[in-house]
Amino acid sequence: MKTAPFRYVRAETVEQALAALVSDEDARVLAGGQSLVPIMALRLSTPSVLVDITRCTELRSHGWDGPDLTVGAAVTDRVLERDPEVGRGHPLLARTLSLIAHPEIRARGTLCGSLAHADPAAELPALLLASDGHVLVRGPEGSRSIAAEQFFTGPFSPALQPGELVVGARVPAPRRTSGWSVEELSRRRGDFAIVGVVCVLDVGDDDRCSRARLSLFGVASTPVRARPAEQLLVGSDLQDDALDAAAAVCFDGVEVLGDEVHASAAYRRRAGTALVRRALGSAARLATGSRHD
Amino acid sequence: MTEPVSLEVNGRRETGRAEPRMTLVDFLRSELGLTGTHVGCEQGVCGACTVVLDGVAVRGCLVFAVQADGAQVQTVEGLGRDGLHPLQQAFWEAQALQCGFCTPGFLMTAVVALEEEPTMDRAQLRERLSGNLCRCTGYQSIVEAVARAAEQLQPRPLDGPDEGSGER
Repeated sequence: MKTAPFRYVRAETVEQALAALVSDEDARVLAGGQSLVPIMALRLSTPSVLVDITRCTELRSHGWDGPDLTVGAAVTDRVLERDPEVGRGHPLLARTLSLIAHPEIRARGTLCGSLAHADPAAELPALLLASDGHVLVRGPEGSRSIAAEQFFTGPFSPALQPGELVVGARVPAPRRTSGWSVEELSRRRGDFAIVGVVCVLDVGDDDRCSRARLSLFGVASTPVRARPAEQLLVGSDLQDDALDAAAAVCFDGVEVLGDEVHASAAYRRRAGTALVRRALGSAARLATGSRHD
Repeated sequence: MTEPVSLEVNGRRETGRAEPRMTLVDFLRSELGLTGTHVGCEQGVCGACTVVLDGVAVRGCLVFAVQADGAQVQTVEGLGRDGLHPLQQAFWEAQALQCGFCTPGFLMTAVVALEEEPTMDRAQLRERLSGNLCRCTGYQSIVEAVARAAEQLQPRPLDGPDEGSGER
């Protein structure tokens, strides 16, 4: 289908974009358009105005601020994926990007657009959550930084106020000595995940886990931290028994999506538990391996 | 209300007007008469509309023509102006098409893929082509065709052991 008619505004600066966003309450931001345009073509979204931010120069850069990668809102997945510095400095992000759809989608899709779209089955929101990252926002009231934990409030519902624009994201990289992994189960290569997991495990000088982040995607109305599992991991030796125990409780407290066309809740739990165990295994090997190199 | 759109398509300056909601692929087809690029699902799933935008393969149905104003676009019409492009020849020889609907999209995906990574093995090739759907061939012959074209465009063999290394 064709999209409904809309007015197109090409913003050259953030100020122009903000002005266009406040001019109409049905205005929406157009970055890569790889999620927005399909839902517009299906007439699930009929914005009156599209504010194209892809030519805003100040949103087109990414770089490092200490251990944090900062990514402007117009930076495409492809640009990040092809930057060797990102591959070296944030291998978890590089691996996560490779799981998103297909190269032609990543050619235009943006990291910040995926965060703002807040699809509960998408990889990048879960990555931001597992990394304790932040979304950087500007709006009529000024700038603010929203922690991932507060940003995803429901399916396709980011914690943005009317007129606010996501201008960037801050995505902390795992430490050199940390273990990490991202795994997802989907019907076909490139599809959204039926269930997926991002995990980051830090290890202290005593070879025990000092901090654990485990975020699940595709299973609930938002990406969600598996806190009971994280609590079991912290202080553990990350050996098989500890990982088994953590995986076994990874869905505790998670309201798993009900039956729909792709999978039942029971299947998500069962397959998800196996997936989490696998992810914990590879993250633990990385973490403990890096300490004994 | 329409807006002017100016593109360089296959090396030629082209201009037209487009409503903001007109996608790049519709603009190419209905305004410029370049019907080689096909429209399939119109929601970014099938890859039939793949074109090369400023050197990068993209979905022509997920870019509005007004967004592409000023850009360089390559379409299947730009391949092999003097006879078939090596990829097209390989598609012919490997019987990599039946109905041909998906072919322009595959060709444009593959042409960029081989420019960017000329020495992919077959697993990487499959991964690289995974965003294009074909309902006739079962993909085997398409992968075969792209692998053949890669061999031809690049003197190094695909999938073979490196016989020249001398380290046995």
